[in-house]
Amino acid sequence: MTTSGAQGRQVVLEARGITKRFPGVVANNNVSLRLHKGEVLALLGENGAGKSTLMNILYGLYHQDEGEILVNGAPIRASSPHESIERGIGMVHQHFQLVPVMTVAENVMLGNELMRGAIFLDRRRAARQIGEISRQYGLEVEPGAMIADLPVGAQQRVEIIKALYRNADILILDEPTAVLTPQEADDLVRIMRTLVDQGKSIIFITHKLREVLEIADRIIVLRGGKVVGEALPAESSESSLAAMMVGRDVLLRVDKAEAHPGEAVLEVRGLRVRDDRGLPAVAGVDLTVRAGEILGIAGVQGNGQTELVAAITGLRAKEAGAVRVSGQDVSLSSPRQISELGVAHIPEDRQREGLITSYELTDNSVLELYYRDPFAHGIIRDEAEIDAHCAQLVEEFDVRTPSTHVPASSLSGGNQQKLIVAREFSQPLKLLIAAQPTRGIDVGSIEFIHNQIVKKRDEGVAVLVVSAELDEVLALSDRIAVMYHGQIVATVHNGELTREELGLLMAGADVHK
Amino acid sequence: MSESLETRTPSRLLAVWRQYSSPLVPVFAVFTALVVGALMIGLTGGDWLTAYIGLWEGSFGSWRGIGNTVVRSTPYIICGLAVALGFKGGLFNIGAEGQLYAGAVLTVIVATSLKLPAIIHVPLALAAGAVGGALWGGIAGFLKARTGAHEVITTIMLNYVALRLTEWLIKSKTPYLLGDPEDTTGARTRFIEDSARLPGFQIGDTTRLHMGILIGIALAFAVWWLLYKTTIGFELRTAGANPSAARYAGISVPSTIVLTMALSGGLAGIAGAGEVLGVRGALSADLLAGLGFDAIAVALLARSNPLGIIASGILWGGLLTGASLMQVRAGLSIDVIKIVQALIIMFVAADQIVRFIYRIPKRGPGEETSIAKSWGG
Repeated sequence: MTTSGAQGRQVVLEARGITKRFPGVVANNNVSLRLHKGEVLALLGENGAGKSTLMNILYGLYHQDEGEILVNGAPIRASSPHESIERGIGMVHQHFQLVPVMTVAENVMLGNELMRGAIFLDRRRAARQIGEISRQYGLEVEPGAMIADLPVGAQQRVEIIKALYRNADILILDEPTAVLTPQEADDLVRIMRTLVDQGKSIIFITHKLREVLEIADRIIVLRGGKVVGEALPAESSESSLAAMMVGRDVLLRVDKAEAHPGEAVLEVRGLRVRDDRGLPAVAGVDLTVRAGEILGIAGVQGNGQTELVAAITGLRAKEAGAVRVSGQDVSLSSPRQISELGVAHIPEDRQREGLITSYELTDNSVLELYYRDPFAHGIIRDEAEIDAHCAQLVEEFDVRTPSTHVPASSLSGGNQQKLIVAREFSQPLKLLIAAQPTRGIDVGSIEFIHNQIVKKRDEGVAVLVVSAELDEVLALSDRIAVMYHGQIVATVHNGELTREELGLLMAGADVHK
Repeated sequence: MSESLETRTPSRLLAVWRQYSSPLVPVFAVFTALVVGALMIGLTGGDWLTAYIGLWEGSFGSWRGIGNTVVRSTPYIICGLAVALGFKGGLFNIGAEGQLYAGAVLTVIVATSLKLPAIIHVPLALAAGAVGGALWGGIAGFLKARTGAHEVITTIMLNYVALRLTEWLIKSKTPYLLGDPEDTTGARTRFIEDSARLPGFQIGDTTRLHMGILIGIALAFAVWWLLYKTTIGFELRTAGANPSAARYAGISVPSTIVLTMALSGGLAGIAGAGEVLGVRGALSADLLAGLGFDAIAVALLARSNPLGIIASGILWGGLLTGASLMQVRAGLSIDVIKIVQALIIMFVAADQIVRFIYRIPKRGPGEETSIAKSWGG
């Protein structure tokens, strides 16, 4: 057993031999863990390793098939989140559970309202209590502010306050930094420190290695539903943790030679695009991507990257500006016309755009190629060709699936993404547009997809990578463009600016070198 | 040892049940509806056994009954396909009713005004029905594609327009449009030319068994082929399953919506044509009443599976056919059958009830959580 710095301290939460089965999978297999008072415990694992299932069991959303849970030494049967809250367990979900049109105070009270008389909400008393909590733990929020007006980091603080307001002593944070800027993530780390210093205990779930080492007191690694190891940050490195997560050695840096850029393939000039609400999302963007280079667009989500990609690929109307692919003006072309020029698009949301999750892998493997020879002759589909094509993609890209004839929804995120990448690479390419190519997938798949993207670059494909993960942009790009409020605020060669400087640019700050 | 065997066998049976029971939900829905129907007959003082024996004999228990059932089922099969095709394309076509009439009107015009050899006249009159229905459905499709107007609203409105237009065409006397000057009630159009009649033969005094059922079965296979074996079907299903992904795949979603509604309407139009050409020989305003709505039920019962619709259409026609003998035998109102039909639809639509009663699980872990939520587990 690894010795732990928290040893000797009181155990506030303990799971003993938790097993949870879903049809066809064992999500948790005899998992045991202990959380000590005043400790930050990181639960590290790839997607599908069983982290979320375990947390949902601890929080009472699921019930385990075997094993028991003890809170402060007493066995409990957490059968609903309500009971968990009463026992002092609070959870901050990855997708916030807030009502956007209500104020901070109203959201915090929701389900636990302070009343004045029988029917009036006591907003003033609630605001006072929220103020106390936020002072005590350094959680800055304005109780009267509307949730919809708050930045993501502040919304997350509201979620934490919500849990503390219900007297939670144990906090479960599910992928808390996934939606934050690097600076917001630093704030969160500070908040977590304050919380544990004042006697709270935290379990946080993540697949990001860097932050585990920064924040955690102790790390438990899950793989395939089992605890495969326990580690202390001081004795671990990113690569040792990654190896434990994946079960083999992983190359964390993308190994790539210097780029040899050729002629311009994608040229965007003065592009303006409005979002769904009719507000300017892309406000005059110029960029050029050359054959054989990777241009990475860094930026916090929601700064116009989505609209930029949609406009380039023909999925969204342009208000002004021009887009040229290999010198040909495609400003008014349809998505299909653009695709037929040799433009592949890995969409940012694989379940909403990249796949029909109810379709089998075979149909998904030809999602935008279905009408082309040899997959169809006239209007008649050639299922034998489609099957063979899909089988080949699954083989080449190591998509883990029992068969090509299962719905795409049955695959893990990483395997879904590999299938999309395989499909997009299966046609002759000039330009690859990869939006969030590795969002929410496991380290092994990230490594694989990154290498495939670099391989395409080396074959002379122009690559545009858009990612909210600065690490990904840094790992892949030859040049980096930072997008903020619909504009490219800087374009630099990779290495010219530090990670911190890029982070500041992403947050809208001026960086003068 | 024996103990472990005993505990094992039922759990293995249960596992097999869990794996293969899902497609049977509609069957259990029908069964449950019949049981609840029997309870209701019993509670209201009727004899459910006599009633159900009558229902069986009247629908499937005699050659005559089978013949009647087949004739009665034909429009439900074809029109059910129309609604199912819409569902596959993500569209709720409540307008099959209006498309039936639109098709039937064009069919009547072709079948009464032209004189052609049967080999040409019959297909032409059927095609006219398809065109009429396709145009009527296409309007709703166009409105949705162009303006975003929801098809449920527009098709309901177009139902009224089609029905009133048909009535006017039949009843107008100055001048006579489709109405028959020799018919004093003014309730029907002129009779169609013999050359336009769907081939068939008389069974009993009142029923004519015509080739419509063959058309219906052929159409069921054709729709299945279109949906699953062609690029058109792929586009239609993709636009229905996920419009964002369809756009990503380069499919023009607006054109696909228009096409889906036109195909759906065209099928409904053929169903209307079949009733005119095969059964009545003329069109009256009440000939097709309610058919388009029952077709929604038929499509739901088959879960929009084109081949399943052959079965659900025959069940639907059979229930209606057998109802009259049930009425005579057990002295029950024919409404009992309507109640049973309504129960079937309720149990199909609320399939969680059926799944709960018969312990049929949802498939996949994602679906499992939704069950857990709705049952408070």
